[in-house]
Amino acid sequence: MEEESDTRKINNSFLRDHNYATEADIISTVEFNSSGELLATGDKGGRVVVFQREQESKSQPQRRGEYNVYSTFQSHEPEFDYLKSLEIEEKINKIKWLPQQNAAYFLLSTNDKTVKLWKISERDKRPEGYNLKDDDGRIRDPTTITSLRVPVLQPMDLMVEATARRVFSNAHTYHINSISVNSDLQTFISTDDLRINLWNLEITDRSFNIVDIKPANMEELTEVITSAEFHPQHCHTFAYSSSKGSIRLCDMRQSALCDKHCKYFEEPEDPSTRSFFSEIISSISDVKFSHNGRYLMTRDYLTVKVWDLQMENKPLETYQVHDYLRGKLCSLYENDCIFDKFECVWNGSDSVIMTGSYNNFFRMFDRNTKRDVTLEASRENSKPRAILKPRKVCVGGKRRKDEISVDSLDFSKKILHTTWHPHENIIAVAATNNLYIFQDKVN
Amino acid sequence: MRQQRLEAPSRSTRRLQRRDNMFPKGTKRKFSDSGEETVSSGEQGQAASSAAARTLSSSYSLQRQSLLDMSLIKLQLCHMLVEPNLCRSVLIANTVRQIQEEMTQDGTWQIMTQALAAAQCPSDRLVATEVLCRQTDVGAQAGQSPKPFSVVGLEEGYHSEEVVMEGDVETEVTMSTLSPVSPQLSSTPYLSGPFGMGPCWEEEEEDGECEEDEEEDSEECVSEGEEGDRDHLSTDSRTGEQVFGTFEIKHPAPPPDPALEELFSDVDPSYYDLDTVLTGMQSGPKMGPYDLLESLSSHGPTALSSSSSCRSDLNELDHIMEIIVGS
Repeated sequence: MEEESDTRKINNSFLRDHNYATEADIISTVEFNSSGELLATGDKGGRVVVFQREQESKSQPQRRGEYNVYSTFQSHEPEFDYLKSLEIEEKINKIKWLPQQNAAYFLLSTNDKTVKLWKISERDKRPEGYNLKDDDGRIRDPTTITSLRVPVLQPMDLMVEATARRVFSNAHTYHINSISVNSDLQTFISTDDLRINLWNLEITDRSFNIVDIKPANMEELTEVITSAEFHPQHCHTFAYSSSKGSIRLCDMRQSALCDKHCKYFEEPEDPSTRSFFSEIISSISDVKFSHNGRYLMTRDYLTVKVWDLQMENKPLETYQVHDYLRGKLCSLYENDCIFDKFECVWNGSDSVIMTGSYNNFFRMFDRNTKRDVTLEASRENSKPRAILKPRKVCVGGKRRKDEISVDSLDFSKKILHTTWHPHENIIAVAATNNLYIFQDKVN
Repeated sequence: MRQQRLEAPSRSTRRLQRRDNMFPKGTKRKFSDSGEETVSSGEQGQAASSAAARTLSSSYSLQRQSLLDMSLIKLQLCHMLVEPNLCRSVLIANTVRQIQEEMTQDGTWQIMTQALAAAQCPSDRLVATEVLCRQTDVGAQAGQSPKPFSVVGLEEGYHSEEVVMEGDVETEVTMSTLSPVSPQLSSTPYLSGPFGMGPCWEEEEEDGECEEDEEEDSEECVSEGEEGDRDHLSTDSRTGEQVFGTFEIKHPAPPPDPALEELFSDVDPSYYDLDTVLTGMQSGPKMGPYDLLESLSSHGPTALSSSSSCRSDLNELDHIMEIIVGS
């Protein structure tokens, strides 16, 4: 992994100036589509920015495949629920692309309460020469029409349109933390803290509640759902993670309400490391099926774990993301960092996993060689097309050159959201209001 | 109303500052430092006879107390939000429960609540930690000798009453009317006094969905409680239950006052030291109290001593929460 990362180059970075960055510019989700041609980001201001990969050009091989802004649109607006007197933030919590089925692209975006289906389509021609209306679209006076014309398509400047096709609302009392499109391409699930709802992509006025963990008495609430995802191939299977560190696999064929899981993944607590923070740090912030559907990956505060679907009692692999923070949990609790929700992603072949950390660091773990690397996404330390240097955090003892001590880590610079191109070694990393795209060296 | 909201943070800040005094900034208190433990146990050597008192004197329990306070403040702040982050609230509430269970196990909880019951003075209650750590001897026998606190408290004549009076209908940040405590209260045994709960809150209750536990407790204790005290005592249960009851979608509360944020910007560097102890990183023979706690394995519900003591503890928890976060 280290060699690989050494050769990684900054291909492009989409930067909004630090000085002008507002809260609304903070990127809250980032997602490649299934071909990797498009990359979408959502931000706290409710905007979605879609990037498209440039076609390769023979004359400028070093410019291969840079991502440029393709479309920007306001997906969600701040709302006010008059019934409950609640403000609903416009922040985009998640974006999921639908597999492409025609020339247009479709994506689902969600804020705390409402999921929207967006169609992104191109138009580079327009019809001209209508019989009944003039070029401006006004209906012509029928008496002036004396002959029949055949309308023709004339080329025009490329226009990318984003239109909201469906709005799935009024189904969540709590905050939606994740959405997942089913492999049947007809349904998706939306998950909040206590419930999972199943929707048909065509039907907006009805959803089915398939998981509900809300206790009759909220006083007894000790666990919440943190994330849920459909199996990539089996359209009846989905998994959801909880704040107590467990993952449940459910089969929708067994019953309409999936109260009973068919598999329950949990690692027994290690008594030697037990503390008051054990439960908090074991809370799972993200769960992802591998592309081949054999494994589940979960991220908790300090580790990322890979689970074999055939083995429920312990993870197959556990990787330490930033174990040096184990001694700082109390201060991280005090400043609330301990509740940060880091996400995790697989590479295209399920052999490498990536997740974020603090100080604009992100980590990659090669599952085969067991090697890992810490990289940094920062404007100061990396220029376009520069090679990323692995970073090291020094733990105790003497700090060597190029190492950074735990105490000087910047906890306000956190990398929560990352995504990996489905087939190539291209990654996108969201660092506050900046999006970094890194890729293997071009040769 | 504004004044009300300002009240909580300023007091809590005071708490933090006091703790600062105990742990001067920048002082490293590592467990490997042999000095710390011996010194503290030496100071209190004579008084600390019971195991509980020993636990109290240790830095572990101090830090646990700080963590408890911090968690309660966090919960209270959650509660001021219209729609708090549910995951975060649940995790914090679980942490509080865990600390409470552990403190119940080693007896600290009782001692603390006794000391607090004895000390009817709100200003003293605010520094529960200090009371406990400095006056362990008193705390250990608390109930029998509540005097040092109650006397001070009554003389000082705390003024939170006025604040309550001008409070408007906001149900979120209920301020307790506990302060003008009748003198006889401080002399009554703690369980029959402040922890008795009247039925009044049931009538006030709007989202009656989530208070069954408290209800049982209150019924149990009412028999012991004095009729006349019910009115203001009922407020106790409300505040306590609010802390755990952060999970329902709330009616709008005003956004947290800037002063509240100040509270958290005032980060106490001594928490860095807490890390060492509370995260279970350390090992070896030095960490007596932690071993003790581990052996008690306080996490399972089975570990709770008896249901009756558990119940009264719940009441006490309400009370402590009220003391630390509200009023």
